[in-house]
Amino acid sequence: MLSTAIIDSPRLTSPIIVDEPKIDVGLDVDTPWVVIVWNDPINLMSYVTYVLQKLFGFSNEKATSLMLDVHEKGKAVVSTGTREKAELDVFRLHEHGLWATMQQD
Amino acid sequence: MLRKEPFAVNRDGSVAINLDADQRDLLRHLFAELREALTLDTDEGLRRLYPTAYPNDAERDAGYQALVHGELMEKRLSALDEVEATVDNETLSIEQLNMWMRSINELRLILGTKLDVSEEDVDFDPEAPDAQARMVYMHLGWLLEQVVSALMGTV
Repeated sequence: MLSTAIIDSPRLTSPIIVDEPKIDVGLDVDTPWVVIVWNDPINLMSYVTYVLQKLFGFSNEKATSLMLDVHEKGKAVVSTGTREKAELDVFRLHEHGLWATMQQD
Repeated sequence: MLRKEPFAVNRDGSVAINLDADQRDLLRHLFAELREALTLDTDEGLRRLYPTAYPNDAERDAGYQALVHGELMEKRLSALDEVEATVDNETLSIEQLNMWMRSINELRLILGTKLDVSEEDVDFDPEAPDAQARMVYMHLGWLLEQVVSALMGTV
């Protein structure tokens, strides 16, 4: 840490207090967004599996496993990336009637 | 009785549609209702077709909705154009069957939302006031399973 290095420097005779800057912009850029598909009582399990395969190119095994997470645990993360990519994925899922949201974790 | 599979992918990649006249009439009627609901855009049952994207950020969500609501509606209506134009077809392309799939699913989402269906299987009550709507909902579920089963081998 830069601030610690300055404080510990032998050339300084008294400690100085350094305000740690909070850079929200950095967080926004670096932290990936996650796209979550939530369980709903209407969409068929087979339909959800097919849509995940079609939109994301998952194998049947992978898509089935994600679909089961949605069904049994209530949700599953189906993609991650920049905000732009996540928003496009959410849009494509919405286009297919799936309940998808995005957030920064 | 229908013995053949309702949707069968041929070797040349086309899809044979084996639905009788009554089934096609029902679909034609339902697709027209879907068009009306999508166009008017006021039906409470449409809620699941336009979900929240940013549950933790109302401002961003408003931006997302403003950006995509019209585009989603337009895409749905243009797919529905193709679906209604091919409702009597003997064969469909894979792409057309994907459009059928989306329209059928949209009907299920609207109807299921209005019927307030839950995950628990409720015994069907033929005397209930919403019995006819529930039968249509179940029929669409069966039909969608058939579509997905045919398409599953194409991805």
